[in-house]
Amino acid sequence: MNNQARLGRTFSALVDPTRRAILARLERSDGASVSELAQPFAIRLPAVMKHLDVLADAGLVTRSKSGRTVTVRLRPQPMREAMDWLRRYERFWSNRLDRLAAYAEAKEAEARRRGR
Amino acid sequence: MTSLTLVRRIKARPSIVFDAVTTAEGIAQWWGPDAGPVLLAEADVRVGGRYRVRFRMLDGTEHESSGEYLELVRPERVAMSWRWKGGQEDPGVSRVEIRLRAIPEGTELTFTHALLPDDGARRSHEQGWTGALDKLQAHFARSTTTP
Repeated sequence: MNNQARLGRTFSALVDPTRRAILARLERSDGASVSELAQPFAIRLPAVMKHLDVLADAGLVTRSKSGRTVTVRLRPQPMREAMDWLRRYERFWSNRLDRLAAYAEAKEAEARRRGR
Repeated sequence: MTSLTLVRRIKARPSIVFDAVTTAEGIAQWWGPDAGPVLLAEADVRVGGRYRVRFRMLDGTEHESSGEYLELVRPERVAMSWRWKGGQEDPGVSRVEIRLRAIPEGTELTFTHALLPDDGARRSHEQGWTGALDKLQAHFARSTTTP
C-alpha cells in the first residue's frame, strides 16, 4: 500500500467517534481486552469487533490472543505518519501564503494610489 | 484548529486577494514555496476548469502541480483539487480551499488543505474529519508512547 492510501486509511479510521474513544482508552493503558473496550459503549460486542477490525487494518492497533483473551494495544506509528503529512504541508503553504499576502497588499496599495 | 488550517490577515480587500489567488498573473507571484521562479501558470477559472503551475525552487528542483476548480464564489471562496505531477512522495489527490472574509483592516484568509484519497474518505471528511485531526494533535501533544 502506498503512503497516500495508508494515510487515507488512518484518517478514515479516526473519523468515527467510537473508534477515537477506543484509541483514547488504549492510550491510558498498556493494552485492554475486547470486553473491557466494549464496556463503556452502548453497543454490542460484534460492533466493537468491527471497529477493531477497521483500526487494525489501518495499523492503529494490534491484537494478540492468549488463551481466550484477546488483548488490544495501541500502535501510534500511523498517526505519526499522518502528523508528518500535515506538518510538511504546513511549512510548504505557510511560506506561500506570506508571499500571497505581500503581493495582495502591494496590489491594494497600488489600487489606492490610483484612487480606487 | 488543525495543522492543515492556516489563517492570515491581509491588508487588502477580498476582491484583490481573490484575484491574486485565481489569476495566472497573481499565481505567478506567490505560488512557489520559496523565492524560486514560477515557470508556468495556467488557470481556466471556472468550476470544472483546470489550473497548472510549474515552479523551480532555489535548490534547482522543478515541481508541477495541477488540479480542477471545484468551487468559485468571488470574492469569498475558492476550492480546488490538487495533485503533484509525478510526485512519488505524495501521489494522491487532495483538496485546497481558500476562504476570504472581509475584516476592518482588509481580509481574513482561511486556508485548508485536506487529503482526499477516495470518495469514502471524502464523505467521512465531511462528517467530521476536523474533529479527528484535532484528536490526533491532542494525542501527539500528550503522547510519549513508542510504537
